[in-house]
Amino acid sequence: MSEPRAITAESRPIVAAKARLRWDARSSRHLLLYPERGLILNPTAADVVQLCTGEHTVESIVDTLAAKYAPQPRDTVEREVLTFLAQMADRGLIRHRDD
Amino acid sequence: MTEEPRPYTLVAELTYRCPLRCVYCSNPLDFTRHADALRTDDWLRVFREAEALGVVQLNLTGGEPLLRDDLERLVEGARGLDLYTNLITSGIPLTRERLERLKSLGLDNVQVSIQDVTAAGSERIAGHRSFERKLEVARWVKALGLPLTVNVVLHRENLDHVAKIIELAESLAADRLELANTQYLGWALSNRRMLLPTREQLDAAREVARQARRRLRGRMEVLFVTPDYYADFPKACMDGWGRRFLVVSPEGLVLPCHAAHTLPGLTFDNVRDRPLGDIWRESPAFGAFRGEAWMPEPCRSCERRTVDFGGCRCQAYHLTGDAAATDPACSLAPAHGLIEAARAEALTPEAGVIYRAAHAADSA
Repeated sequence: MSEPRAITAESRPIVAAKARLRWDARSSRHLLLYPERGLILNPTAADVVQLCTGEHTVESIVDTLAAKYAPQPRDTVEREVLTFLAQMADRGLIRHRDD
Repeated sequence: MTEEPRPYTLVAELTYRCPLRCVYCSNPLDFTRHADALRTDDWLRVFREAEALGVVQLNLTGGEPLLRDDLERLVEGARGLDLYTNLITSGIPLTRERLERLKSLGLDNVQVSIQDVTAAGSERIAGHRSFERKLEVARWVKALGLPLTVNVVLHRENLDHVAKIIELAESLAADRLELANTQYLGWALSNRRMLLPTREQLDAAREVARQARRRLRGRMEVLFVTPDYYADFPKACMDGWGRRFLVVSPEGLVLPCHAAHTLPGLTFDNVRDRPLGDIWRESPAFGAFRGEAWMPEPCRSCERRTVDFGGCRCQAYHLTGDAAATDPACSLAPAHGLIEAARAEALTPEAGVIYRAAHAADSA
């Protein structure tokens, strides 16, 4: 197993095989489920995870979110998306499409 | 605590039958007297009722869940409810074709138990030749693109092998490694003198695991569960009684933890008699140790009462005879001397082991 690369603007992130997103009617939130655990995602985080299909670059994910959450400055959105994805990658829940 | 308790995880103990005879098995000592009473339709109804209560995680376990011929239908039904379905298995008996079928029906994760890093060490614990076969099963899991959890129960005889265990899990490309120190209940309590490690062993293994967790971050999750015999405070057993977990036994009993039916004085309802939701919300057994009203001192006024919920009720009962006592693992517990005495005993272990009985005709 090689060292995972850091997620950057050019990365195409994808949800790891062990994680699965599902809607939770009780909390009206998305849950990201993985072995023995789960994360309750806020709506923005759920938007990001839903775009982690391996097709989109982080750059294009940021564009989509910046448009949706205007007038949030794009810089702020980018910083938050990268921080969130780095945390998710540390937990092994998001990875590079090509890793 | 005013929050309405919501179960997130259903532990479905499909059978107590198992080809392995591990000396620390968590099934009850009299497991041969509990039949597999639930049929496929019963289990599917339990899954539906659990999902309606808020359950999102399903652990299919046992005993050995592969011994159920209807496992395929259960996995399919669970996936239809969008449950995250984890098969907790010894890997025996399994074929690659059956695993492939389970995957295609929606299985999310496979947890394979490994007892040690050598065939001899493993088989001494499991009482069954199984080591090479388990490694093969673990490789199939990854080859089919399924996530793999490797679970190793730790004790005196394998704690010194933790570095090698981590190496083995890495070579199998495990996504998660659970290094779970033995819980001294059931068969493990009977074999405590053989299994309880020394503090030095434990500290060394914990440090190895800590370094591996850092090194492997993002690739393999490394979990190290400390034995509460060497902790200052008890574990938040099951995240608190009747708070997050539902366990259904092979005969259909609904339990707050897998050993709760060893506690006297509690009557557990059966899913064949009552809807799961009623049992979760209203049964006296689930209410018995929920919240704080049942707590004795020093728990009742302790600031950790919302952290560890008073520890493990089964441990309290099996060590002190009182299920409502403070868990003796707590350094503040009146009965903590029992734990100190067991630790002293660990320095002079005996050699004999008691294997879990075989299930079939030779059992009483």
